[in-house]
Amino acid sequence: MNKENKVTGSNSLGVVKTQSFSFDSLKLESGEKFGPVSLAYETYGSLNKDKSNAILITHALSGDAHAAGVHEGQDNLGWWDEFIGPAKAFDTDKYFVICSNILGGCKGSTGPSSINPKTGKPYALDFPLVTINDIVNAQKRLVDYLGIEKLLSVVGGSMGGQQVLSWLVNYPKNLRSVVPIATTIKHSPQQIAFNEVGRQAIMADSHWKGGNYYEAQAPSKGLAVARMIGHITYMSDKSMAEKFGRAKKGAGEHFKFTADFEVEGYLRYRGDNFVKRFDANSYLYITKAMDNFDASRGRRFEEVLEGTKVKVLVISFKSDWLYPAYQSKEIVKACKLAGVETTYCEIASTYGHDAFLLEVEEETHLIRHFLKKMLYAYEVTGDYGA
Amino acid sequence: MARKDIQLDHEVILDLIKPQSTVLDLGCGNGDLLYLLIKEKNARAQGIEIDEQAIYKCVAKGLNVFHGDVDSGLAEFKEKSFDYVVLNQSLQQILHVDKVLIDALRVGKKVIVGFPNFAHFRSRLQMFFQGRTPVIGALPYQWYETPNLHFLSISDFKNYCRIKGINIERSVCIGQLRRINFLPNLFAQTGIFLISK
Repeated sequence: MNKENKVTGSNSLGVVKTQSFSFDSLKLESGEKFGPVSLAYETYGSLNKDKSNAILITHALSGDAHAAGVHEGQDNLGWWDEFIGPAKAFDTDKYFVICSNILGGCKGSTGPSSINPKTGKPYALDFPLVTINDIVNAQKRLVDYLGIEKLLSVVGGSMGGQQVLSWLVNYPKNLRSVVPIATTIKHSPQQIAFNEVGRQAIMADSHWKGGNYYEAQAPSKGLAVARMIGHITYMSDKSMAEKFGRAKKGAGEHFKFTADFEVEGYLRYRGDNFVKRFDANSYLYITKAMDNFDASRGRRFEEVLEGTKVKVLVISFKSDWLYPAYQSKEIVKACKLAGVETTYCEIASTYGHDAFLLEVEEETHLIRHFLKKMLYAYEVTGDYGA
Repeated sequence: MARKDIQLDHEVILDLIKPQSTVLDLGCGNGDLLYLLIKEKNARAQGIEIDEQAIYKCVAKGLNVFHGDVDSGLAEFKEKSFDYVVLNQSLQQILHVDKVLIDALRVGKKVIVGFPNFAHFRSRLQMFFQGRTPVIGALPYQWYETPNLHFLSISDFKNYCRIKGINIERSVCIGQLRRINFLPNLFAQTGIFLISK
């Protein structure tokens, strides 16, 4: 399959709007009651009469509610625009697609940079240590608010995939299917280690000041370095070699440690851009939530899945070394042992972990047919609650 | 009974499988057999296939399929997870045949095996008169491009089952167009066995 089917104007969603949903409080996994909570969200397509065509998209570490289309007067497409729209993987002529910014984020949902109503100042480190399950519990409140009892599917890659697994474990009765992509039941020491280096880079920045930087300069250098490390782990050796080689940037500054190589320039550019749109404290909280997540809750994952009627499509990528295929196979193995109807595909991509955003053709094929089957099965059986 | 729209080996296998069964197809290829099993036998069917492009074809048919190799994919299932485990035209391409068959008999209540018969008279003639590795209907590959790792005859398989204490519940031997009852090891191109332990 070729990868030339890029986004065109004809099947783009056009202008979309971010909305907000607030509720008084959320009981966190820690037992603490936290609130008020606001979630920024977007929806695409329309909910059908019996509310059976709703799909929740869960975003990755640096994602947000803006998954598709463009905002009024702006031209930046949503982070998964190539997958969401008319005739795309998530065909908005058929499905009602929801995406919300996670709890703890910094793109419109309540997070450490939000104002604490008790103090009138940003929470900073007074923000509670939220978990992936807390993030999902907040999403469940949004889905309830939208009047949807049973989602056709929950789909996401990377940390989005962790949320998908949390949905599968916590709300199987409210789901018909899930699609965890390039994700894991729990982080390996290597994954925790990379996140820890990112956190250390932020906290080592003198501007971080224990998280209380909102009235002064942000720890941009630290956050940029964290992002640079992230980007290295999202690519593969091969995709880096193909993208940059050992090419050097043109003439310019004459400093010994200037960014000579293209790859250096790219990482700096990515790092510098990221700090304009992301909060350093959010980065700390979210990466910690990812590291702490364990969908198996200390048991064997197949025991947790036992008896579920939810259908599963697992996707991994051959060159992904951050969330290697073996971690997806562990999910598949548990599904096998639990007798869950499952499909698994390891796409032969060279893009590394980034592949889940880039392998449009292959993923679209898998997702489109899988969703079609789900919707068809619903129409045939009329089954609301399995 | 012969149906033009269905491959003869698929027709034979469909006859061997009871309706509403659970079936695991090891090396399910494009999923044609799985699709028939669901449509005609109302089976709950699952495939395992190594080829990525074949996975896409299975998914387009709405099938449940695992991307992976048969050699390692079977060990993860519980005992008697399926009524039938099918190895149609995949046995001869598996590295550790013995291990996979033992595992298939563990995971499935019954196992259906279909393989090309190396002792068909035409391959015997090619060997004897031309001194060449046979290329016939059921064994269509040249020696340098064949995916087959093992070359066995219908008699070989019967002998194997006897040595291993495997019950042969039924065997159906076929040519390209019809069933062969007379001297199958000489005249059949494909052997299909329903076995259990």
